[in-house]
Amino acid sequence: MVKGTIHNKDLFLNQIASKLGRERKDNVSLPKWKHQSQWEVYKNSSKDDLLAAFCKNSKEKNVHVVETEKSMLPETIEKVIKEYGGGSIVTTKDDRFSQYGLTLTLDNSQTHIWDTAMGEVNIKKAKEAILGIFVSDISLAESGTIVQFNDKDIARSVSLLPTTYVAIVPKSSIVPRMTQATHKIHRSVIAGEELATCVNFISGPSNSADIEMDIVVGVHGPVKAVYLVVKDL
Amino acid sequence: MPMKIGEKPFFGRVDDALQDHFMRNAMASAQDRFRNKKLDATERDEQVGDWEEWRSAGEEIRRHTLENLDFYLDQLSENFSKRGGHVFFAKTVEEANRYIQKVAKEKDAKYVTKSKSMVTEEIGLNEALEEVGCHVYETDLAEYILQIDNKDRPSHIVVPSLHKNKEQIRDTFQAKAGYTGTEEPHELTAFARSQLREVFLKADIGITGCNFAIAESGTISLATNEGNANMVTTYPDTQITVMGMERLVPTWEELDVLINLLSRSAVGQKITTYVTNLTPGVEEDCVDAPKEFHLVILDAGRSNALGTEFQSALHCIRCAACVNVCPVYRHIGGHAYGSIYQGPIGAVLSPILGGYEEYGELPFASSLCAACTEACPVKIPIHELLIKHREKYVNHQENVKTSEKLAMKAFGVGTSTPFLFQIAVKGAPMFMKPLIKDGSISNGPGPMKPWTAIREFPAPGKDNFRSWFKEHQKGRQ
Repeated sequence: MVKGTIHNKDLFLNQIASKLGRERKDNVSLPKWKHQSQWEVYKNSSKDDLLAAFCKNSKEKNVHVVETEKSMLPETIEKVIKEYGGGSIVTTKDDRFSQYGLTLTLDNSQTHIWDTAMGEVNIKKAKEAILGIFVSDISLAESGTIVQFNDKDIARSVSLLPTTYVAIVPKSSIVPRMTQATHKIHRSVIAGEELATCVNFISGPSNSADIEMDIVVGVHGPVKAVYLVVKDL
Repeated sequence: MPMKIGEKPFFGRVDDALQDHFMRNAMASAQDRFRNKKLDATERDEQVGDWEEWRSAGEEIRRHTLENLDFYLDQLSENFSKRGGHVFFAKTVEEANRYIQKVAKEKDAKYVTKSKSMVTEEIGLNEALEEVGCHVYETDLAEYILQIDNKDRPSHIVVPSLHKNKEQIRDTFQAKAGYTGTEEPHELTAFARSQLREVFLKADIGITGCNFAIAESGTISLATNEGNANMVTTYPDTQITVMGMERLVPTWEELDVLINLLSRSAVGQKITTYVTNLTPGVEEDCVDAPKEFHLVILDAGRSNALGTEFQSALHCIRCAACVNVCPVYRHIGGHAYGSIYQGPIGAVLSPILGGYEEYGELPFASSLCAACTEACPVKIPIHELLIKHREKYVNHQENVKTSEKLAMKAFGVGTSTPFLFQIAVKGAPMFMKPLIKDGSISNGPGPMKPWTAIREFPAPGKDNFRSWFKEHQKGRQ
């Protein structure tokens, strides 16, 4: 990767140090924080408790939650597609679909699987799609949030452009809250692993309360959201 | 348009605001709703635990970050550029705008989409881009409303169009954008969605502010609800993010704490609908991500607070929790502050960024009730900073009018000389007699005028405390 440019850094940072009344620092250790309530939330919850909390909190965010099992996933997904009017679908390019037995379900003329070789056509397909389907990498019980690590195949558009998005949520992906997700990312950054260019925390459909503070669901992002929670994955 | 709102002096703006009954009702009702939503998501939410602990965590993180700001900005810029991003440190508003104009010209940009950002309001970026031939689209619903309503200015940090009702928005949409629907918020919102959909896809540059940058990975974090920030950072080939230099956290772990504090304090949500974390370095063949990513890190007066008693003002995470509890904001609304940063934290920040000459009166727009300090999720002692500003403002003789200076000098002499003080105390009832009606003064002269314009001033009593005390003691003997 070619390094980008940095302009005016030393002048700028020297002045900050001088205002702070000292020389520039080239090493700072993070203190051990005295207050860490974040680790207390759902601290002793079982996986089942977390699943229940995830479903409850997702519903509060206007998400249609469907609980299912791996063996029923193809059938459940077909039902959801029908319920939301059928039509065109876009999915991320993700090996997990075949691991979940969804290859046949998604192998039809209505479904577009993201393919970078097709360039801009992908965006057109996502824009026209009724449903965008992808898998949640980490799921947060506290807020009914799904997390995507987007790259060229796990495309950002799939959860963004279609009218409705469908997130497949493996039960094993559910953690208490954002704390566990950011801790994992922090560890991987320290380990020198490549960080996804977009780490997206999404909680339900887009919304706004900008007009007289009345909540309107469905603004620029999807209008509806469905979570397919797979209890034995 | 830069930080300043309006040309009238402070009291003129306040008078205008007090006449605007819709705005005042809207502010009162918004504050009540914000307060309840915040309480539900903080003190009343058993799951989140002890909210005071969370606030202390926020304070601890912000203090450490600001004390080591040069180190973390260095780390951020190195990590951002290591991934191919370009960083520009801008000392002034003009430097920031010039750099962004240069990028726009190099890209031959025609269409620019923006997500909500107070810092780009602060630097007047829209006008700077229009100067180089760009068409700038605000895409946050509130900012879109303001932009098409003759570029009206924000009245609240989180909900910039809070001063407008749905009928006014309907009329604006009809007059300016060919809208034919009703005043129902879902219809108005659907209209904005339809108007901006194609714009998102054709934009050459996407511009965002920054809730927090993460130093350890060179990442920009955006907390939003509408999905527009994701659109703005997904489809244009070039992304430019502008951040105030204090808006960063050391690692992802501190981001967690601050996003929690921000979401719950600003809008009463456990987390905003989108928390989008963007790092440069997309793959060559990636179809839906910007190829080029620029980060502009702005000082523009912020360093005036470093190393001073005002440093903690830079801990602010722009949640507006202090605005939402302020009794003064409730009555005068946002525009009366004359700055895009309103309410108690605006009254602290604006003089730091823009100087006392322009904003020196704002710290006096406070009852010092300390509700702001109690509401702040990172424990900034806001009301104490307001008092410090007042002291500095008054001590800077050039800020005070000659008549006021003479009056204060006379007061000083009078109160420090027992003989003169006694004359003044004893003479007050006599001097005031012509003004007294039914035991009070309703039309006072000079410095009393602003007071008696809105309430009565009690007439000085014939007795003063000392003589009353003397007599009282005699009676007990």
